Amino acid sequence: MIATRMAFGNELLELAKTREDFMICNPDTKSCNLEHFGDFFPGRSFTFGIAEQNLVAAAAGAASCGIKVYVPTFSVFLTLRACEQIRTFVCYPKLNVTLLGTHSGLQVGQDGGTHICCEDVGVMRSLANMTIVQPSDAVSARAVARWSADFDGPLYIRLHRSPVEEVHPADYAFHFGKAELLRNYGNDITLIATGVMLPRTLHAAQALQEQGIGAKVLEVHTIKPIDSQSIIEAASTTRGVVTVEDHSIYGGLGSAVSEVLSQHCPVPMRLIGVQDAFGESAKDPETLYEAHHMTVSDIIQAAQALLA
Amino acid sequence: MGYPENELNRIRERAREIRRDSIYMIHKAGAGHPGGSLSAADLLAALYFRELRIDPQHPQWPDRDRFILSKGHGCPALYAALCARGYFGREQLDTLREYHSMLQGHPDMRKTPGLDMSSGSLGNGLSCGLGMAMAARCLKKDFRVYVLLGDGECEEGEVWEAAMAAAHHRMSQLTAIVDINGLQLTGPTCEVMNLGDLNAKFRAFGWSAIEIDGHCIEEILHAFDYARETEGPVAILAHTIKGKGVSFMENQVDWHGKAPNEEETRRALAEIMQA
Repeated sequence: MIATRMAFGNELLELAKTREDFMICNPDTKSCNLEHFGDFFPGRSFTFGIAEQNLVAAAAGAASCGIKVYVPTFSVFLTLRACEQIRTFVCYPKLNVTLLGTHSGLQVGQDGGTHICCEDVGVMRSLANMTIVQPSDAVSARAVARWSADFDGPLYIRLHRSPVEEVHPADYAFHFGKAELLRNYGNDITLIATGVMLPRTLHAAQALQEQGIGAKVLEVHTIKPIDSQSIIEAASTTRGVVTVEDHSIYGGLGSAVSEVLSQHCPVPMRLIGVQDAFGESAKDPETLYEAHHMTVSDIIQAAQALLA
Repeated sequence: MGYPENELNRIRERAREIRRDSIYMIHKAGAGHPGGSLSAADLLAALYFRELRIDPQHPQWPDRDRFILSKGHGCPALYAALCARGYFGREQLDTLREYHSMLQGHPDMRKTPGLDMSSGSLGNGLSCGLGMAMAARCLKKDFRVYVLLGDGECEEGEVWEAAMAAAHHRMSQLTAIVDINGLQLTGPTCEVMNLGDLNAKFRAFGWSAIEIDGHCIEEILHAFDYARETEGPVAILAHTIKGKGVSFMENQVDWHGKAPNEEETRRALAEIMQA
């Protein structure tokens, strides 16, 4: 098992051997193994130290000259400290900058509330011209890395600190913009998950199946633009929808799905995620997932409550 | 210095056009920033009519020099320069700030031919210029990058993040020009937020700095020559007069962001054309 951030970064290092059409703007963080990109590919990486505003605005300037730019750093500093630079200099002029937000969500664990980022998707989702993708394991992270090199425009990729269980087969193909139906145990409930919450959602679906409750599991890796059609299809054939994300329920996947369903297919919903709170230190992130009611049994209970 | 007098006069005449059209546009739009447009007119004339390696027939030419108006609110003067240089027709000047106009209230690189970067949120242009210089190095191109900042916007911390990084990476092709007109929206910079010694500040960040009269074409051209020949990034500290060229606007904080009425416009244009 390896973390999505490392899988992504390593894949980009691999890609750089055969394509010269991207560069890296590197801050002083060890986020996804791209810190030493410049050692392998001289002249294609620039250090910025600890200065996120300059980092992002410079990435925009570089991209305006016709080269794709990747900007890796912790999601909390990237999307919040440099929020206006992302908005006005990346999104507004629609420049080819890919922001790699790592250490997202409660999974960052020990570092505590200053570093735990549960707001990034909400903030990035409100920016016009922004595209948001979140892989769920190392396999999908590598696939997203390969796909991203050909993507042109503002892109936020949400990555994670710790190794995660692999849920996708080795021959996994990433279909941008598609919410993918990974399990279809029946027509009782739809579970919609993104990122590192996917494995536990699959476990919950399995457990529900054993209880005689048939769940569908949709993975939403492309959070914006969201695949309304697949979400409506699943919701219209089941009796309720549970969303599961390692993010605030305000502004993230739960909000995005609610926006779709409330307008096109209103169904009872439960939103699993951080309920308007900051994170705090915990040696094992699982402690935080328990504290914030984001475990397998919380997903099962939410599904049961909807069907009761 | 020794620049031919006819060359200097040619640029001075363009600066006069930029002032005239800035006042005209702001009056027509009924809003805009005359003070900071007029203070930057000579700098823009020297850039667009001598210094910049550009081709108005090919606004997206990859090897062109880049220019960023970091003090985006001074855009009427930039639009006037781009128009005079032939990037678009004079009829566009009538549309400043109107719905669907290519001339937005603050620069939008996706709408105006010849604009290299959007701006308007202060303190970001030097970073964008730094990134362009990085791209030049990465793409092995020799274009230069010029960023025009206001003195007030040097209160933004990001300006100094960019200054530190540009010196660290020895960005010789990056030139910052600071339009030091001494006034910001609510008052003199020395009263609102004292910038102290900008020359010493840039030098402390690892830049070379040169101080000039920002209305003297000869000194401006000399500064550009100096910047081109100097190793590492250069800051041109251009001392200017806000509202320069229109006596009743000069050094008046009220003319930061106010459109002249019919009578004021008539007087302003008369002064500009007689100067």
